[in-house]
Amino acid sequence: MSDHKTQHPEEQKLLAGDPDTTGHVWDGIKEFNNPLPRWWLWTFYATIVWGIAYTVMYPAWPLVNGATPGILGFSTRANVAEDIQRFEDMNADIRTRLTEVELAAITPDDNPDLYNYAIQGGAATFATFCSQCHGSGAAGVMAAGYPNLLDDDWLWGGTIDDIHLTITHGIRNTDDPMARYSEMTAFDEILSDEEVASVVQYVRNLSGQDADATLAAAGESVYLDNCAACHMDDGTGDRYLGAPNLTDAIWLYGGSEDAIEHTVRYARFGVMPPWSADASNAGRLSEAEVRAVAVYVHSLGGGE
Amino acid sequence: MSATEEPQKLYAAREPVFPKRVYGRFRNLKWLIMLVTLGIYYITPWIRWDRGSELPDQAVLLDLANRRFFFFWIEIWPHEFYFVAGLLIMAGLGLFLFTSALGRVWCGYSCPQTVWTDLFFTVERWIEGDRNARLRLWNAKWDFHKWRLRLTKWVVWLVIAVATGGAWVFYFADAPTLMGQLVTGQAASVAYITIAILTATTFVFGGFMREQVCIYMCPWPRIQAAMMDEDTITVAYRDWRGEPRGKGKDRENLGDCIDCYACVNVCPVGIDIRDGQQLECITCALCIDACDDIMAKVGKPRGLIDYMALTDEANERAGNPKKSVWKHIFRLRTIIYTVLWSAIGIGLTVLLFVRSDIDVTVAPVRNPQFVVLSDGSIRNTYDVRIRNMTHDESAFAITLVSDQPLQVELEGQTGNTVDVPLNSTHLQRVYIIAPASSEAAQSERTDLRLWVEDLSTQTRAYRDTTFFGREER
Repeated sequence: MSDHKTQHPEEQKLLAGDPDTTGHVWDGIKEFNNPLPRWWLWTFYATIVWGIAYTVMYPAWPLVNGATPGILGFSTRANVAEDIQRFEDMNADIRTRLTEVELAAITPDDNPDLYNYAIQGGAATFATFCSQCHGSGAAGVMAAGYPNLLDDDWLWGGTIDDIHLTITHGIRNTDDPMARYSEMTAFDEILSDEEVASVVQYVRNLSGQDADATLAAAGESVYLDNCAACHMDDGTGDRYLGAPNLTDAIWLYGGSEDAIEHTVRYARFGVMPPWSADASNAGRLSEAEVRAVAVYVHSLGGGE
Repeated sequence: MSATEEPQKLYAAREPVFPKRVYGRFRNLKWLIMLVTLGIYYITPWIRWDRGSELPDQAVLLDLANRRFFFFWIEIWPHEFYFVAGLLIMAGLGLFLFTSALGRVWCGYSCPQTVWTDLFFTVERWIEGDRNARLRLWNAKWDFHKWRLRLTKWVVWLVIAVATGGAWVFYFADAPTLMGQLVTGQAASVAYITIAILTATTFVFGGFMREQVCIYMCPWPRIQAAMMDEDTITVAYRDWRGEPRGKGKDRENLGDCIDCYACVNVCPVGIDIRDGQQLECITCALCIDACDDIMAKVGKPRGLIDYMALTDEANERAGNPKKSVWKHIFRLRTIIYTVLWSAIGIGLTVLLFVRSDIDVTVAPVRNPQFVVLSDGSIRNTYDVRIRNMTHDESAFAITLVSDQPLQVELEGQTGNTVDVPLNSTHLQRVYIIAPASSEAAQSERTDLRLWVEDLSTQTRAYRDTTFFGREER
């Protein structure tokens, strides 16, 4: 035993008597028997009981195909299904109304609640199904063939009914016979190189871009003979055919000389799937969702 | 094993405290403060205040569901939360000020724990009798008499506790409506749960834990020590006058203290103030009242136990006159606290009067930065939030100040005005269009100022923002 004065008073008291030790000795150092606090011990036993009860009541032990189900029949998957069903039920009424009210009447003034629901729901559906091509901000990818839905230029029409029809059936797809369809001729084999060069300058001139005046003048007859049938004599296009307006500042595939030449020679063939499950087996959206997206897209600033 | 001394226990059992009834000026002050604070607490939710038919008519209402705070003529919206933050800072500084000047005066007089414990003591005294009767009852067997008194006391406590928890929830909903719902069992479960929790805490803290809450649970007494100095006025015992204490008629070699234990018997935290200032002491001053009463009876001057500062003690021992109370209170520390407190108070008051009834935020939509329209013009989009904090629906005009030929359009609206209902926020998409040839369309960015005007009150607000055009190529 060492000098008592260097030891803590509590320790001195213990050493003066015959302290209870665990019997373990390392290099002459004895270990006092300091049992776990009682509350700790009981908490520990309680966790064991709780653990056993838990594995009996809830899914716990992994088996080859799944896990023990537990006697309470708890399932997170079922809970999610229940939640989804609950929200479906909550939305059932307003969705029915959304499919019954005339599209043009879904406005902030006539049906504020429907309009609000359609805008919010449409935005969510758009983010899930449309943003892959048209972008999360609906600005598309201009010059790459994914239309900007924010501007005032529409290939197939920008009224709410036109937009609804486009979403319902899609464009140039083979899944829905009602899809909007048109096809531009590839003029590579038809027109000579000179004719192509001149019509490109003519088209650039139409939209007020810098153009070679001599070539553009020569391109007029080429244009009127080959292009005007769809794009109209003045170049303003035809929405029934999805023929773009060539006089404006918006170029879906780019307005540079190279891009226009590529379009003239090889044509363009942008497609969009049909979205309505009612109209096509390939469609994935209910009528209410299609209508909500139509209202949302119509509200983005370009709606007519 | 030899008999070893048991190691010192870290747990000390509570010594029950049975404070005696006391009369005097500080006791009267405490009664008054109890009356006023409890009165404010219980009555406030029932005061009505007319704000028109569309808004709640409760004078003080924390409408969490609709995110509004109503206080008589003041309405606080979430974006004005700095008022609440400012008030909390003022409350903190106020506590600092009072603690550095007067010690634990908050603890002794106006802390809810003190006030409700005092109320519970009153009930206890009324049902079970004063100190001696309660002591006897404590030691008595659990017979019918004891059960009857105890149960009566607990029921009265419980009624007070329920009323306390009940009053709390009335601050968060229309009080008469909620009262009806509570009685008929139709109130929201959160109301019942809140009442249950506050009933339990009031009952347990006020009835059973009492001074232990202050000694062991509350952090404020620990912080207070850092704010007190030798000029802070606290409750102290003039031991140079009282000692040596002793009983008896022959007082030749004795001080003024007759060792009657009156000061100990009335103490709600169960200490002997003659041992000096202690952490348990909440400076409720009941011992001053008790001792003054005794001093009057034995024909000695009052103030054997008194409010005084440490410097007074040194002065009195040296036979010098003590400083006046005002000299204790007005010192650098308290003046700094007062200046800070007043500065925030004045600032908040000024803000309250200059704040506008409308508020506007403008968030430019930057996905995409701009849109090219078919005629080549450039359009930017802005999410404009208009908060109409008035009590009337009004039309708001959105206009633009810029030296550029910019045009403003509102989504879904004709013209540049939009109706916003009273007491609500409207999110309006605003388009700003720059003609193709304009400088704004051709330069990367143009600064502009959007003005929003409430057309019925002519109140205006503006936000500066930026217009993005085509980048220079």
